[in-house]
Amino acid sequence: MAAKRDIRLTVNGVAYEATVEPRMTLVDMLRGELGLTGTHVGCEHGVCGACTVLMDGRAVRSCIMLAVQADGADFMTIEGLASREGELHPIQQAFIEERGLQCGFCTPGFMMSILELLQETPDPTDDEIKDALGGAICRCTGYESILKSVRSAAKKLLAPAS
Amino acid sequence: MKPASFEYFAPTSVADAVSLLQEHGLEAKLLAGGQSLVPLLNMRLARPTVVIDVNRVDGLSYVREDGDALAIGAMTHQREVERAELVQRVNPLLHAATRLIGHPQIRNRGTVGGSIAHADPAAELPAVALALDAEMHITGPNGEKAVPAADFFVTYLTTTLEPAEMLTEVRVPALPQGTGWSIQEMARRHGDFALAGATVTLSMNGGMCSDARVVLFGVGATPLRVQQAEERLIGERVDAALISEIGREISSSIDEPLADIHATSEYRRNLAGVLTERALVEALGRAA
Repeated sequence: MAAKRDIRLTVNGVAYEATVEPRMTLVDMLRGELGLTGTHVGCEHGVCGACTVLMDGRAVRSCIMLAVQADGADFMTIEGLASREGELHPIQQAFIEERGLQCGFCTPGFMMSILELLQETPDPTDDEIKDALGGAICRCTGYESILKSVRSAAKKLLAPAS
Repeated sequence: MKPASFEYFAPTSVADAVSLLQEHGLEAKLLAGGQSLVPLLNMRLARPTVVIDVNRVDGLSYVREDGDALAIGAMTHQREVERAELVQRVNPLLHAATRLIGHPQIRNRGTVGGSIAHADPAAELPAVALALDAEMHITGPNGEKAVPAADFFVTYLTTTLEPAEMLTEVRVPALPQGTGWSIQEMARRHGDFALAGATVTLSMNGGMCSDARVVLFGVGATPLRVQQAEERLIGERVDAALISEIGREISSSIDEPLADIHATSEYRRNLAGVLTERALVEALGRAA
């Protein structure tokens, strides 16, 4: 077994330290070492998008990154989306209202990709939304209601309730 | 844990990366964006005993205009290329090809050098590198050298890179003003690897084709330049009849592509011709 390495990273504003084998994937560390099980493990080879997290603001697949590569980086996972007081993020609110999820397995990955999209493109076209959603697979809800959820989330974020 | 155990190094300079490669030879694998390598590790299709992660090597992420070319650092994320206004202006074909790679989430990590050095025959960047006469800048134990794309791709997932060499920069010539261009591909789903693809550049002068480049991808062991098609175009008025003739010739003349669960060999051949036709039509429309 290769020597373990100490790493430091920030997840959802909280500093963590972990000691990991080089072969451990980022998602396994998030779930198994840090206890952040909101990020889901799907295909484990970078196809389904369930494990998507934000790394330094960019949506990346955490199943095809090594945990050791996370050293020094700043992450956001689904656990960081709602406020600490438990108030849902507009993306989460929109998913409820537009029925953007059924089983919910793919939802954390979708939401992190959508967050990246809306942070960079607050008023996206349908094509831009589809481009961002294309990196994730949903097998039960269907994409139409997810698309509607993104449109609704974009509106909420552009015009927050006064 | 999915991957087999390996020793991990994260050098901070090209020199250190090269000396690690020298030390560990064929046991070692360079890790760039990881969007191809880590899936292979997870499925244990690749079991290197040493992984050399070059993400912490300084100075390999940039897109610069250098004379008549774009100089792109090997570790530049594909997303940076896609977003660079410079790329869109100087080489719109490279920009369009980059947008066809995987998904935004893949392009956020995937690198230009990683894709080219991985040399998947269905990938976009190797194909446009060949079509655009890109030059690979390589550092090894004996110093630096440059290899033209035409000599770089050897066969499936194999390039002229020696075990202790590393790709550091890709130089892509600017697309001359007025050159028509196109990249066409067919994938089962948006973002999947192409079943087949074609990329074309076309220069027209006084209604006649003065220069052409036709490259296919996903239908052979490397991206394939189809000189026969280029010769048919040069010196001709390019019209619908010629374009469909060239498409038919490609479909009937290229060596049988590999078949897999997604497409038969016949289908890929046919597709190569059809996509070349579409690419020629689009490139002709863009040529001035």
